[in-house]
Amino acid sequence: MNGRILTYEEKDTWIHRLSGVSKLIFFMAWSITSMMTYDTRVLVVMLILSLVIFKVSRTEWRQISAVFKLITVFMLINLIAIFLFSPNQGTKIYGTETVLYHLFGNYAITTEQLFYEFNIMIKYFTIVPAVLMFLATTNPSEFAASLNRVGVSYNVGYALAIALRYVPDVQDDFHQIKNAQEARGIEMSRKASLMDRIKNVAAIIFPLIFSSMERIDVVSSAMELRGFGKNKKRTWYSGKALQRNDYLVIIGATVFMIVGLVITYYDGNRFYNPFL
Amino acid sequence: MKKLGIKEVVAIGIGTALFIVLTEVQVPIGIPNTALQPRAALLAFMAAVFGPIVGGAIGLIGHALGDAVFYGSVWWSWVFPEAVLGIIVGVFAKKYAIKEGGFDKKAAVLFNVVQVIGNAVAWILVAPVLDILVYAEPANKVFIQGFFAFLGNIIITAILGTLIAFGYTKIGAKSSSLKKED
Repeated sequence: MNGRILTYEEKDTWIHRLSGVSKLIFFMAWSITSMMTYDTRVLVVMLILSLVIFKVSRTEWRQISAVFKLITVFMLINLIAIFLFSPNQGTKIYGTETVLYHLFGNYAITTEQLFYEFNIMIKYFTIVPAVLMFLATTNPSEFAASLNRVGVSYNVGYALAIALRYVPDVQDDFHQIKNAQEARGIEMSRKASLMDRIKNVAAIIFPLIFSSMERIDVVSSAMELRGFGKNKKRTWYSGKALQRNDYLVIIGATVFMIVGLVITYYDGNRFYNPFL
Repeated sequence: MKKLGIKEVVAIGIGTALFIVLTEVQVPIGIPNTALQPRAALLAFMAAVFGPIVGGAIGLIGHALGDAVFYGSVWWSWVFPEAVLGIIVGVFAKKYAIKEGGFDKKAAVLFNVVQVIGNAVAWILVAPVLDILVYAEPANKVFIQGFFAFLGNIIITAILGTLIAFGYTKIGAKSSSLKKED
């Protein structure tokens, strides 16, 4: 049913054994660095590190091939769109213009534009491995439990745990409703007109949302009956204390972020400019 | 900040799960790479029922996780606007009175005015500005992109979101489903 969707897979590597919290902190530090920097050197290092992470987390290609292809297509379309809308963005950023090939009108391929688009591409790509790694190696219930252990309110941890816990259930509901409605003959493809398509989507979504609203009532009543939220603390089945490796990862990620940002902004500008 | 109640905790959880699952459902409109996203209507509806905290949380976590599990990447510049949208629509939750069975034509108008404003702030303002700040993308591209996202979202929310709210206010509000006999 959920072939395309990325999920946790149990394995025994040191990345899997890390607490979800340290992986979240790593993920955040990584995201922030990748968002702030436009320094080619930092981005390339991140890309290389990403491949290393893949290797050690023993993530398999079949786990990620579908999403990888999808994101490549998105990226290509995005790069082309950027060129169509603004062929001189690179010149604007780097301040020089080296025309390689003149196309027509205002459109010319410049080294600066190619370099700028190359940077965008790796900037988008650097975040992919961190996401995949986080999702594929983090056990949802352990993650919620560990969040609480490091001081996050257990309400927040629980909301997250419920979200992750119910994705497969809601997905099953969704496919059942969809199959049932399709068996009744609704048309979901491009053959139907736009208004019909919206109506048909409604035929699936209405039952799904209403049954989910009911589920919210049922689950919250059950939790209330068991006294959820009464005490300030609660215990967890799968919580883990932070261990030596966790501290190493947390410190490593923070240091990496600081160093990356210092290198990026050292010359007062987030772009690395090879043209000057 | 107000403490989260049990209902809110569960609503964030299951609402987020729904949002993630609905990421898969797209209504193509003929323009490549552009589709109406029913999950936008869901977010507006959940925010309208449960308020700004739940709305903001579903937008933030749902968009980030939805992107992550389906596309293997997180476009942060489009995650935060989703939270902004959830918060704006959720602020007037009491006024729509969906759960209490009071979602009438007047509330529907308010809901749609608010969702249009919320979507405008999120996709025409916050998302493009973040795209420029974070990814240094060309301004004309991101504003056009944002505008289409805005258009798609207000259409789908106006139709689906409003209908869901009407439907839920009728059947979901059990306390007032009894009609007084004349």
